[in-house]
Amino acid sequence: MLYFIEQCLNGVQLGMLLFLLAAGLTLIFGIMDLVNLAHGSLYMLGAYFAATFAGMTGSFVFGAILALIATAAAGMVLEVIAIRPLYGRSHLDHVLGTFGLLLFFNELVRLIWGPAGMTLSLPSEMLSAVQIVPGIYYPIYRLVIILVTLAVAALLYILVMRTRLGMLIRAGASNREMVGALGVNIKLLYTLVFGLGATLAGFAGLMQAPILTVQIGMGENILILAFVVIVIGGIGSIRGAFVASIIVGLIDTLGRAFLPDLLHAVLSTNAALTLAPALSSMSIYMLMAAVLVIRPEGLFPAASK
Amino acid sequence: MNAAPEFFRKNIPASWLNPRTGFTAAVLAILALVPLYAAVTGDPFALTLFTRMLILAIAAVSLNLIMGYGGMVSFGHAAYLGIGGYAVGILWKEGFTSGFVQWPVAIAVSALFALVIGALSLRTRGVYFIMITLAFAQMVYYVAQGLDRYGGDDGLTIGNRSSFAGILDIDNNTLFYYLCFALLLGSVYLVSRIVNSRFGLVIQGGRSNERRMRAIGFPTFRYKLVCFVIAGALCGLAGALLANHTNFISPALMYWTRSGDLMVMVILGGLGSLFGPVIGAVTYLLLEEALSRVTEYSGLIIGPALLLVAIYLRGGIEGLFAGARRD
Repeated sequence: MLYFIEQCLNGVQLGMLLFLLAAGLTLIFGIMDLVNLAHGSLYMLGAYFAATFAGMTGSFVFGAILALIATAAAGMVLEVIAIRPLYGRSHLDHVLGTFGLLLFFNELVRLIWGPAGMTLSLPSEMLSAVQIVPGIYYPIYRLVIILVTLAVAALLYILVMRTRLGMLIRAGASNREMVGALGVNIKLLYTLVFGLGATLAGFAGLMQAPILTVQIGMGENILILAFVVIVIGGIGSIRGAFVASIIVGLIDTLGRAFLPDLLHAVLSTNAALTLAPALSSMSIYMLMAAVLVIRPEGLFPAASK
Repeated sequence: MNAAPEFFRKNIPASWLNPRTGFTAAVLAILALVPLYAAVTGDPFALTLFTRMLILAIAAVSLNLIMGYGGMVSFGHAAYLGIGGYAVGILWKEGFTSGFVQWPVAIAVSALFALVIGALSLRTRGVYFIMITLAFAQMVYYVAQGLDRYGGDDGLTIGNRSSFAGILDIDNNTLFYYLCFALLLGSVYLVSRIVNSRFGLVIQGGRSNERRMRAIGFPTFRYKLVCFVIAGALCGLAGALLANHTNFISPALMYWTRSGDLMVMVILGGLGSLFGPVIGAVTYLLLEEALSRVTEYSGLIIGPALLLVAIYLRGGIEGLFAGARRD
């Protein structure tokens, strides 16, 4: 039972990270109608920036702040140079162009930081575990991730639903020509939204960096997970992305934790040990396929398109 | 019987001497002469590289059938490459070494998978279709990772190539090359026959306006599904060839970036043109190979190149010639 609670928390934590990526992806898709395969590269950049800046400043927090600024800047520069000409083109052109960007960023990182991975170490006060309910100790850093991400989600909600910028973003999502005709600088708006998405992705990357190693291609697997999330949630819907992130995070983590034992009950040890990881990796894709077959627009279809 | 002259009359414009057919013919001529070059220079690597090119070109041709002509943007096409390859590998491991068993099974199993995947995926539209095909490919990828008996994540080395009972000895690399070449030409011919048939016109009609096709009475879903299955089967054949070429299979065959590579080849060459995917595959792999000899960081050039193609080169390389011809 204790183990179960711990794994649930891990699942939520993975879900929160996925949400950071998925929120940016779904914003960019919902508003600019752009399929961005290079989103995982921004996640990777965030992690590399954080590791570098933390090394230079000697402080995790300063490193993280600098990394966020750097990722946002990188995102906006990328948007102006490379992404802008792709708006209004077919999804196929998006896939081709951003796939090229993904290759480019992988090589760029290899050129700058070398082929070996990096590590980002946590400040010592983050290393301990905290007792959340009697008998359960949970790493404080993972708890911090959950709480900080929840705060970011809340801020994002306020930004999109309660501010003038958010109003423009929502208006841009439902009718971009009309917003442009009303005198809003739509180009700038797009750049800002892309920068926001990049910052969220970079944030996810730097939060995850101390748990995993910082390495080339780290964004590719998680990018696909984030796509699964936004498709399950309904493309363009932040609320859908939030719910779907948690579902996917929980299923993935709990599957990895408990499927081996469950399978062991019916199969031999060896078979269970090899089958379980495959099955748990597959489970979220099965979920996605099931959702799409039953509700081809995802769980929370964006209201207007 | 006179299908072939008929085909030429219909598909080759009156002027033979336009840059597009000239270019295609030149590419094909070069491809036909590769083994000669390899024999003269004693450079076996060229043969290996170009064999790989031909095989991936078959896969790209099959993807072009659904993506270029049918408008079905499948982001999981590498799955069939893997399924075909694994069919050969698994059969070899279980003692079935005959190509007469391995290859048909590879094609049939790929077709079966395409039938299931297509039946479920074709209910969705647009970007959801891109994503659901990706999801199914990832599922197949993880299944392959879980196949412990067949190497799991590490992959499986196949001891020998499919045997064709003395009729064909594909251990001979030159012969294998020409077999792949013939199969590639065969697949292009197959696709040209399909897209110019009534069936193919329905498929292409569905790409431009599916609602209208349905309104005039075509059950487009069934047509698209059949097309999807044909493409899957053809790609399965490419997978079987690839497994024979490298004598090795691994889940990496089906990783999503591999599906991305296939899409790149098709778009680079020219979406919805018969030889476009062949030219795309040759260009992409040659570029990759050439750059990897010059610099360690080939992605720094290929990446932006793909972006530029996406932005400026609508219609891919074939599109360049289509533009030139119009002048």
